[in-house]
Amino acid sequence: MPFSWLVLIILAIAAAGYVLGRKRALNSASGDRRNLHSLPSYYGAHAAMWAVVPATAVLLVWMLAQPFFVNARVLASLPDTVVAEGSSIGLVMSDIRRVADGLDEAVRQGAMTRTQAAALDTDTTDVRDVLGGVGVALGSGVSADVLSGAQLYRVLNSTATNLMSSLVVLIALGGAAYGYSKSHADFRARNTVERGILALLIFAASIAILTTIGILFALLFNTIEFFKLYPARDFFFGTNWAPSFSGRGGASDLGVLPLLWGTFYISFIALLVAVPIGLFSAIYLSEYAGPRVRGIAKPLIEILAGIPTIVYGLFALLTVGPLLVSMFGKDTLGWMQGGTAVITAGLVMGIMLIPFVSSLSDDIINAVPQSLRDGSYGLGATQSETIRQVILPAALPGIVGAILLAASRAIGETMIVVLGAGAAARLSMNPFDAMTTITAKIVSQLTGDADFASPEALVAFALGMTLFVLTLGLNIFALYIVRKYREQYD
Amino acid sequence: MTDASMSPDSAAPKSGLATIDARTRKRNAAEKRFRLYGMAAIGVGLLFLVFLFTSILRSGLPAFTQTVLNIEFVLTSEQFDTAESKMMKTGEYQNIFVAALQDQLEASGLEVAFDSKSIERIVGKPGGTIRRFFLENPDRIGTPVSFELAASSRVDGYFNGRVTRDTIVDSRFLMAADLDLVDALHDAGIIHGAFNWNFITGTDSGVDNPGGAGLGASVIGSFFMMLVVLFLSLPIGVAASIYLEEFAPKNRWTDLIEVNISNLAAVPSIVFGILGLAVFIQFAGMPQSAPLVGGLVLTLMTLPTIIISTRASLAAVPPSIRDAALGVGASKMQSVFHHVLPLAMPGILTGTIIGLAQALGETAPLLLIGMVGFVAREYPEGFVSGFTDANSAMPAQIYTWASRADPGFYEKAWGGIIILLLFLITMNAIAVVLRRRFERRW
Repeated sequence: MPFSWLVLIILAIAAAGYVLGRKRALNSASGDRRNLHSLPSYYGAHAAMWAVVPATAVLLVWMLAQPFFVNARVLASLPDTVVAEGSSIGLVMSDIRRVADGLDEAVRQGAMTRTQAAALDTDTTDVRDVLGGVGVALGSGVSADVLSGAQLYRVLNSTATNLMSSLVVLIALGGAAYGYSKSHADFRARNTVERGILALLIFAASIAILTTIGILFALLFNTIEFFKLYPARDFFFGTNWAPSFSGRGGASDLGVLPLLWGTFYISFIALLVAVPIGLFSAIYLSEYAGPRVRGIAKPLIEILAGIPTIVYGLFALLTVGPLLVSMFGKDTLGWMQGGTAVITAGLVMGIMLIPFVSSLSDDIINAVPQSLRDGSYGLGATQSETIRQVILPAALPGIVGAILLAASRAIGETMIVVLGAGAAARLSMNPFDAMTTITAKIVSQLTGDADFASPEALVAFALGMTLFVLTLGLNIFALYIVRKYREQYD
Repeated sequence: MTDASMSPDSAAPKSGLATIDARTRKRNAAEKRFRLYGMAAIGVGLLFLVFLFTSILRSGLPAFTQTVLNIEFVLTSEQFDTAESKMMKTGEYQNIFVAALQDQLEASGLEVAFDSKSIERIVGKPGGTIRRFFLENPDRIGTPVSFELAASSRVDGYFNGRVTRDTIVDSRFLMAADLDLVDALHDAGIIHGAFNWNFITGTDSGVDNPGGAGLGASVIGSFFMMLVVLFLSLPIGVAASIYLEEFAPKNRWTDLIEVNISNLAAVPSIVFGILGLAVFIQFAGMPQSAPLVGGLVLTLMTLPTIIISTRASLAAVPPSIRDAALGVGASKMQSVFHHVLPLAMPGILTGTIIGLAQALGETAPLLLIGMVGFVAREYPEGFVSGFTDANSAMPAQIYTWASRADPGFYEKAWGGIIILLLFLITMNAIAVVLRRRFERRW
């Protein structure tokens, strides 16, 4: 039974439960809804809730558990000799899955019947040919072990799915019946339903925590896996980044320092562009500009924040890079070899961060109370003196926090550096050199064709962990600074 | 400022509102300078904006036009029969085509020598198209038929200024000598620009055919992704916000959730891509490059944005509304769902649309779940396969084009950005209109 049918059946049971539960409650109150504890719809909702929630929970848990169970059973059935030299158990399993999917496809297209598929034998038929005929391409011939594994896989899966469907439908029916039996005029249906809704709300709110746990687990497990294959010392203190490509063999140098250096250098240049421009815009907009100029200039600058980063990346690669080459390239000054360089990425990233710095600082400057300004003017200070000597010191913690947040944004930025910064990892002071960053290398290591179990691919998770810790640290530090040094004006 | 009577030294130069002393002048100059810095900063910011948009428009607009070769000729039934009896059928059609072109050029009084080969370099091999047309429409044999054939991307580039006579390198794609023919055809009105519908509705082409590349399939991919994001992040985000804003007790668990949400908002998007790769693809075994997986990752990414804006609009509903509802006997849950939530709805929708716009332009996580290696040559077959079949998405497609070797794709990438920005502008405009029309100030 397909999954969507199962869902529809559960929903139908819930709908029936709703109608019946509502009716029974009304009947028990002899048709007068004023005798009920709750509104009639709550009795219906109560029955429907009992039909849906337990059944869905079982369905989800079963669907998560089934692959593990089936895999374990299939693995146990395989002889030890099935894993050939240079292969791994994971590859054999994926072969088995592919053959099983191919058999499913063949049955679906009518190339063979269910019994034929179950009785297939490598001695009498070439499975690869048969599956090729229905459009499932297999890399190599199918061994007898893999075929029997695939057949077991199919049998187990179909039994488990059938079992699951009947169990889930039974639970849904049972739940609906329970909810129905509870429907009575004295039953506090609203309270029960509202408790259920509250549980749902709590679950939704907890998804944020689940996401964080997911991120941590994804990063942590693979990072540990990586450090088993590659020494942590060489990763954290290595000054050379030279991954060997898969298949070519040879040891890779996976030192993170050149990437960290590139990341920080580019972020530094970005802040060098964004902080003065952003801060001065914020000062002008909040202190000098009249409502009309502010009403036009502020949204215009904030457009820069709404532009997707891929646009900035393309802008760096195709517009700013060639422009900088024409200014500093070999035809004029000879400083720049190619369009992708630290300065290209840094400049464009700076443009991206201007609205980030300016709108955060704007809020903070506006939060400085007017009485401070008035006091300063009263002492005879000019507007700029007031800003420099009164407002900026008062707003400083907030501004530092904003700059730190901008820095964390810069460190985590991906598209601009992937397109604009180049691919060479090097430790150099020259801003016209191409360098690369943590984020750019995460992309290149995971989008290549490296095997997921190799250190060359797993290093991306260690890089991701570094990035996660760095940005999280910066954010927490920014919050700490703002909290600790914030002036209270009330 | 300085009053004469307060000045201890009567010999000091008299200064006042009428006479300005050196120090005041200096201070005023500093004031003016400071103000100028501010204006300059805004000016530079706006300059960057203008520069960005002009370069997008200048480089992207050519992607929407396409050079076509328009030719009308009559194929007699004898010609059709001879061509069909030949071994090289399409070649014969091509010869007929070339002859027709020759006639048309001569009719407009232009003499340029050319051969079949240079025609092939300009419009590819037209024979197949012509033959297919006459096989499908045999009744048109003997009547004048006008054909519109797309010129190659190099010819396109010649009219856009990407390829010039100085920079062209003779290759099997286009010779410098062919440009004379192109010019002549242009003067005769046979070659002209036309709107490139294929760019908007078409699918991605291979790496060597920038002219035929279209964004259509990836727009569909993005659409399915946004459906997933909308139908997951709106209910989950609203439910989470209602809990945190209306029900959550002040305890450790609530604090933990709040801290988590604000931290997630600051996590780099690439980390969400790693999460998607490790959890959804490797662990849960979902298909690579599927809009479903992309949608799930983007949902997790936009949830904090939606939760933050939803909480703000829930908090903006005054407590008197809740008190009144409770006062007439509604339960807490009823007061929220019947009164507070409908009043906060415009704000919630605005926040959701802005969150969706952000998600639409996000690229980095899509790179990791495999949307880049995939060439979106086909539209998804149906509704369900729209979610599960491998597809690209707009930003991923733009990135793919930007990283291809042929500079013809750069133009497509810029054109793709124009379309992407149009979507974003529309979504933001809807959000602004919603806010203007329905937002209530209490």
